[in-house]
Amino acid sequence: MIRYLLPLGIFIVIVGFLFVGLGMDPKIVPSPFIGKPAPEFNLPKLYKPDERVATADMKGQVWLLNVWASWCVSCRAEHQVVTRFAKTGLVPIYGLNYKDEPEDAKGWLRALGNPYVASLVDYDGNAGIDWGVYGVPETFVMDKNGIVRDKVIGPVTEEIVQDRLIPLIEKLQAEEG
Amino acid sequence: MKKLFLICLMAASTVVCANIETYKFDDPRKEADYQVLVHELRCLVCQNQNLADSNAELAQDLRRKTYEMVEKGLSKDEVVEYMVARYGDFVLYKPPLQTNTLALWGGPFIIFIIAVLVLIRMIRRRPTNSDHLLSEEQRQRAEQLLNQQTEEK
Repeated sequence: MIRYLLPLGIFIVIVGFLFVGLGMDPKIVPSPFIGKPAPEFNLPKLYKPDERVATADMKGQVWLLNVWASWCVSCRAEHQVVTRFAKTGLVPIYGLNYKDEPEDAKGWLRALGNPYVASLVDYDGNAGIDWGVYGVPETFVMDKNGIVRDKVIGPVTEEIVQDRLIPLIEKLQAEEG
Repeated sequence: MKKLFLICLMAASTVVCANIETYKFDDPRKEADYQVLVHELRCLVCQNQNLADSNAELAQDLRRKTYEMVEKGLSKDEVVEYMVARYGDFVLYKPPLQTNTLALWGGPFIIFIIAVLVLIRMIRRRPTNSDHLLSEEQRQRAEQLLNQQTEEK
């Protein structure tokens, strides 16, 4: 009996692994930054290029960094969700305008609305590299001590906002700074 | 012959197209380091290509970054460290040997050991299964028959 059951058992185990593998998204690479200090940047604002914003300026508050570009199709898809979320005023959302022409970026925000406290211009993509950005859009959540606590890869959906971001942000805001 | 030549030509052309921008190095050793690095680092956009093969924007940027670091005199390990700090172990084509990759590295050896054990067991079992071997009586009879045949000739 065992002679026949053993191969069947092995077969079922392999099928199990393959089945789980089918549901995995290889595009989602875990960020090495989670639990670590947010990478430094010091970048000009899109609308006021002579004003710069640095990571250190954000200390003491929970904040979001949403990486976007006018050439990115999925950013368009998530933009409504991000805008609606920003309107609740729960948390300041900063934009990282990744490898984009400032004029295109401004036009995009004019047409679709501007949910960002400020958009920071990363024209050559160096800040993107420092943050490990490999596919726009990406959204980082930082706590009061400037530690990266979560990263959403790909478009933010209403479900992600309700089930993942809001509970996390409320928890982080209750933490000591 | 002509076909073979054409195939070679096609293979060669893909290699030539792979890197579009060319970087100048002041030291051939740095250039060698750069070549090794862009072949060992993965492009995270088109995940089954390395930086050298990929033409994604991110790959171009990372090649530029690699070039800048190598040219500045950073060692290969330092460049790899820089990339891993930002993109995680996934950026490496060859995964490092560490606790979370033990199954990956050890798995084939464990399967091999199991296979060898199973093989040994199967070989050991075989002689005990003597049902189809001839008994002494049968053997004598067979010998007799064979001898008879040769005598008849």
